[in-house]
Order: sequence, then structure tokens, then C-alpha cells
Amino acid sequence: MTYLHNIGAYFLMIVEMFRKPTKWTVMKQLILKDIDDLIIGSLGIAAFISFFVGGVVTIQTALNIDSPLIPKYLVGFATRQSIILEFAPTFMSIIMAGKVGSFITSSIGTMRVTEQIDALEVMGINSLNYLVFPKFIALLLYPFIISIAMFLGILGGMAACVYGGFSSLEDYIVGIQTDFETFHVIYAFIKTFVFAFILATVPSFHGYFMKGGALEVGKASTTSFVWTSVVIIILNYFLTQMLLS
Amino acid sequence: MIEVSNLHKSFGDVEVLKGISTTFEKGKTNLIIGQSGSGKTVFLKCLLGLFNYEKGSIAYDGKIFAKLTEDEKRNIRAEIGMVFQGSALFDSMTIAENVMFPLKMFTKQSKSEMEDRVNFVLKRVNLETAHNKMPSEASGGMQKRVAIARAIVNNPKYLFCDEPNSGLDPKTAIVIDNLIQEITDEYQITTVINSHDMNSVMEIGEKIVFLRNGLKAWEGSNKTIFKTDNEVVTDFVYSSNLFKKVRKMYIEENE
Repeated sequence: MTYLHNIGAYFLMIVEMFRKPTKWTVMKQLILKDIDDLIIGSLGIAAFISFFVGGVVTIQTALNIDSPLIPKYLVGFATRQSIILEFAPTFMSIIMAGKVGSFITSSIGTMRVTEQIDALEVMGINSLNYLVFPKFIALLLYPFIISIAMFLGILGGMAACVYGGFSSLEDYIVGIQTDFETFHVIYAFIKTFVFAFILATVPSFHGYFMKGGALEVGKASTTSFVWTSVVIIILNYFLTQMLLS
Repeated sequence: MIEVSNLHKSFGDVEVLKGISTTFEKGKTNLIIGQSGSGKTVFLKCLLGLFNYEKGSIAYDGKIFAKLTEDEKRNIRAEIGMVFQGSALFDSMTIAENVMFPLKMFTKQSKSEMEDRVNFVLKRVNLETAHNKMPSEASGGMQKRVAIARAIVNNPKYLFCDEPNSGLDPKTAIVIDNLIQEITDEYQITTVINSHDMNSVMEIGEKIVFLRNGLKAWEGSNKTIFKTDNEVVTDFVYSSNLFKKVRKMYIEENE
């Protein structure tokens, strides 16, 4: 029953988020601040993780291909497919649920605990539009992070492949160009946009509707991470089923 | 003026407000007092429109809040200033930005006009040099003064304060009380204060509403509270020996 109530409250929150818009001059500043906090602030960790995970995917693939009948360029091919189809859009989103999601839940939750949200409401401001809408708009730039993750993942794979001696640079480049389908990138970006919406709204929901004090802010951040990850994984399954099969 | 009539509010099966009727007058500091759990905060949140109530009405200068359209409600809210118990300053903004916030949201003033108004209001609360500080760098008393500055910057018609003295030393508490009373007189605001502080009751309680178990148990002023023989009120207000002596002296002096 509680789950149904929360699902209903989540969708009502989304409707409310678009009502009574905040003055544009103020909203513009909020969006720029959220772009800085959520997008620019995540580039470093996204780049670092992508580069090394790309390398690990390449090493694992190369080590598991020990038949001389399998061409060496398949290492590059497998790395590209893994990075573009799953690692960059889905697993980077799970990582971002921890980084961006926790930040959103704790910042909105702290505002709830310290009555800052009540202060907005008393002034007649739609606090959901003021707090959540700019995050939603900022995260429309989330595919930018995923593009960088894709590029650096493949680059990391190339570095690991060449410097680890698993195959030549030429083979790797042939591999990443083999059977390239543009739709796979489109599929990845469709998923990215859906996950961006989830990353903006599910953590906001947990922060906005939390009750209690500082301890509950911490608990809400953890719950938010769990639910954001669960929703992303479930939607990933259905989107893959719908778009690729 | 705010008129409250037969206000009822429940949470599930628990009836917190059981039919409160009173009037908060313009240009006066109106205090709501009572023990913890008596319904003060719920009453204040109903007045602010943060809680919906089941029965009764609240009228702001004759306009019944529940019957207003969303736009009319928003207009009333824009005329409300609120000082929260914990100040509720926006952490990510400087003190000047906090005070400027209502002007940015509700007026079409130019930047220089807004800056002039912020300077004026911060000067009014004796914080001329704190513009660029963050709220976390300010003391409790300073934060309360910033909250008052933010509440009055847009010339509100109604000022609500939830325990403005909590956590402050007695000297700073008196400064805050005096500031609220001066501002109320100066701008002829309808001020409603939720308080536990008996000093505030005696100093600035031009009208006092005493709540008990969700009901209005007594109504009067800081003049009449000395003379009342309502046991519930005297038990609460004169619970300390010091206040008992003060009351005795007051009554002896005036006999």
C-alpha cells in the first residue's frame, strides 16, 4: 500500500513540478548552478571511471579470446559494443545515481529539515518547480557526460590493448569500426535521456518528501540511491526489449 | 487584521485544534503561547496556509483564504513575511542575496533599486556590514535578524514569527523582541508570534492568545495577564518562582 501511495505521490510531484513556473530571471540562474553542480561537477569522475573500465573490458575480452581462429580485431569490437550499449548509458547512470542522486536528495532533504522549503511555500513559490525543474533541465545535458564516457571508455580500451600487448593498434581500430550501427548509439542516447529524467526526479522525490532530522537525510540518500538504481535497471530491461529485439 | 473562526485541524484520529476563534489585530504584536503539544505550531502553520484544516475559516483583512483562487492566495502569500524558528535562511546564498530573494521573486525592481532596499533593511536590523557573509558564518542572533530583514524587505502586511527567541541569550532575545515590536509599530503590520518565552510575553504581548489542548483557554494582553485569576494561565506563565514574585509585586504595587 505504501509503495502504491509513493508511486502516486511521485507522479503528482512530476505534474506539480511543471506548474506555477518560477520567474525566468531566477530560474536561469538556478539552471546554470545545477548544470555546474550536476554536469560539470561529474565530468572528472565519469572520465576517470570510463577510461579505466574501458581498459578492464578490453583486457578481460582479450584474455578470454584464446582461440587462434578468432580474429584479434574482435577485442576492439567487443569493447565498443560493451561501452556503447551498456557501460556508458546504464552503468554510468548507476554510478551517477550515487554521485548526483545522493547530492540531490541530501541538498533537498537538508532544505526540508531546516524549513527552507516551508520558507519558499510561505512566500507563495512553487517549491517543486523552484527545486526540481532546474535539475531536470540541467540533466538534459546528461548525454554530454555519456558521450565523453563512451569516447574515453573506447580510448581506455585502446590504451590497455596496445600497451598491454593484446593486439595491435590497427586491429583495435578495425574492431571498433566493424559492423558499426548508428542505431546502437541512438538506442544508447534514448536510454540516457530516460535515465536523466529518473536521476533528476527519483532523488528529488526522496529528498522533498523526507521527514525527520539529519539522520533521516542520510537514510533518504541511501534509499534514493537504491530506488534510482532499481528503476534504472528495470527500465533498462524494458527499453532494451523494446528497442533492440 | 487576521480573523480566525472555529478552526479545526486533525491528524488522523487526533484532533489537534478543536475550534479556535480569535482576531489578530493590525499594528499589534499578537502572541500565541501555550505548553508544548498545545497546538501552537499547527495553528501557526494553518494561518500560513502550510496545513489544510477541516473546519472553520481564516480571513486576511476580510478575505477568507480558503475561498480565494490560486492567484489570489499567491497574492496574499506575497504579503506575508515569516521568521522561522531556525531562521530557514538559504544556505547557498549570501546574507544580502537571502534578503534580496523576495524582491527578485515578486517585484520588477532594477538591481540598484533592490540593492538600495536590501541596504536599508539590513541597516534597520543593524547588519550593515554582513552583506557578503554566508548564513553559516553568522551567529544565531545575526541569523534571526537576517530572517527578520528578509521577512520585511517586501513591505509585508502580515509578519509571522515562530519562536523568534529560541536558542538566543537573554540580551539578544530582548534585541529581537524590540526589533519586532518597532517594525510592527513602524509599518503597521499584523504580527503573530508563536512563543514560549515569558520575557516576550511580558515585554511585547500587546495581545496574547493562550492555547491548551487545542483550545483557546484565555485571551488578553501583557497588562491583563498579571491580574487574571485563570488558574491554567497562571500555572503556565507563573510556573517559576521568579515570575510568581514579579506578579505578586505587580499586584501589590497596583492595589
